[in-house]
Amino acid sequence: MSEENIIEVKNLVKKFGNFTANDNLNFSVRKSEIFGFLGANGAGKTTAIKILCGLLLPTSGEVNVAGFDAFKQRNMIKKNIGYMSQGFSLYEDLTVKENIEFYAGIYGVKRSVIKTRLNELVEKLHIHELKDEFVKDLPLGWKQKIAFSVAIFHKPQVVFLDEPTSGVDPITRRQFWDLIYEAVDDGITAFITTHYMDEAEYCDRISIMVDGKIDAMGTPTELKRLYNAQNMDDVFVKLARKQEII
Amino acid sequence: MDSSIVINNLIKSYGSLRALDNLNLRVENGGFYGLVGPDGAGKTSLMRIITSLLLPDDGYIRVAGLDPVKDYKKLRLKLGYMPGRFSLYQDLTVEENLKFFASVFGTTIKENYNLIAPVYSQIEPFKNRRAGKLSGGMKQKLALSCALVHKPEILILDEPTTGVDAVSRREFWDMLKDIRSKGITILVSTPYMEEAVLCDTISLMFDGKIIDSGTPNEITSHFKEPIFVVKTDFVRSLLKIIREMPCLKSVNSFGQTLHVVLNSDDCGAKDVSEFIKSKCSFDFQIEPYSAGIEDCFINHIISRKK
Repeated sequence: MSEENIIEVKNLVKKFGNFTANDNLNFSVRKSEIFGFLGANGAGKTTAIKILCGLLLPTSGEVNVAGFDAFKQRNMIKKNIGYMSQGFSLYEDLTVKENIEFYAGIYGVKRSVIKTRLNELVEKLHIHELKDEFVKDLPLGWKQKIAFSVAIFHKPQVVFLDEPTSGVDPITRRQFWDLIYEAVDDGITAFITTHYMDEAEYCDRISIMVDGKIDAMGTPTELKRLYNAQNMDDVFVKLARKQEII
Repeated sequence: MDSSIVINNLIKSYGSLRALDNLNLRVENGGFYGLVGPDGAGKTSLMRIITSLLLPDDGYIRVAGLDPVKDYKKLRLKLGYMPGRFSLYQDLTVEENLKFFASVFGTTIKENYNLIAPVYSQIEPFKNRRAGKLSGGMKQKLALSCALVHKPEILILDEPTTGVDAVSRREFWDMLKDIRSKGITILVSTPYMEEAVLCDTISLMFDGKIIDSGTPNEITSHFKEPIFVVKTDFVRSLLKIIREMPCLKSVNSFGQTLHVVLNSDDCGAKDVSEFIKSKCSFDFQIEPYSAGIEDCFINHIISRKK
């Protein structure tokens, strides 16, 4: 992990009418870091992620992602990030190979490069037979692994993972994390949300949002010590119980 | 009547895919039963057959003493069902939704208010809000109120806590315990292994099969292999090293620790310790451990694959 910041957020505010979804957020994410972005449902995580991905304009503040400004250079942000959600963005009626070629093409990866990287990916994931299958015929765990590989195929600087492991079995969930570690070792930064609290502990640093604000930030070890908790689940519950939420 | 749900040799296929493969299940009257497993294990198919929404291919099923295929009309009056996907009317208000479900079952909110009160009272201040405008946690409470309003004998909930944050999950399980204490039998499914211990009895499901059943304590007592926990600040590095160890069955990360399972009693903590030290100089501690439900689940899947 280097000292270079890949995401910088200062005094970020996002309002929808009278409602403040992001209330003065401040944080930065370092290059090659795994940053866990946690919070209760409705805390404002999705809004913040949309801003970081260049999909939504902030109301005020300073936001810089992969060297680009979230007010003025939103299209440049989109080109330099990858995104994967629990809903998957793969086309069910295309094969694995076709999906990869389609997405890489959109991101402007050259044909010759696509070919080389596709072969590397097939070797790495051992998907020689799987690559010509329709995505709809794949088991859930494979869909998730392929969706992640597609999200980082154009070698983005940072990849946003929105609850990527929802619903998969405990072994596949851990294999998925192995892929994240590999991507990070290759220099990609991972920004991840999850409801599995054991996964929060696999992150280098985490932030916890409550009611539009970041209430806690640090390494898992620091937070457990600070809240005198056995695990991240306890930290999360102690933080959220400070305020009455419905 | 001693058992609420009895299932023997149940089979259900979709084309060439066998979704439920010779399943046996027994949920006692008044029980709190959990189906634990990932997506695609067959949990939803099983629940839809129990609730008479899906026809089985073969097997014996009795729910509240009735056959879901022949007696579905009578059976549905006795069941409360909360499907995995939010399925209330988004354009009706909170109160209208609840009134609708009550009237379909020929009852009123007032008649069973005591039963739904612990859940419904939390969203009652918003009773004039449209269901589509509710937060995720509130939708969930409304769906539970609607499933309970006719005072069912058996409440069936399909992954009520999936995608819900850790705090709201705990609150939801507290509500279920309260409902159970009023004599309603509960069958609930979840992909979160740590929630299994909140049930009296559970079945671990994978690939259309039940891989183990019993109380959470019984299931963890079935874990026979030696298991140890390794505590270290270098989880990722030690994970790679331990994977190369002889006599290893599996090593898995659990938060900032590693759980190491060995193939036989001939190996022990000392062997693991010596192996790690021969490969690196990272600090670590190793201790005996008693397996949890997730350890058991992983162990079953690995044993089946071998």
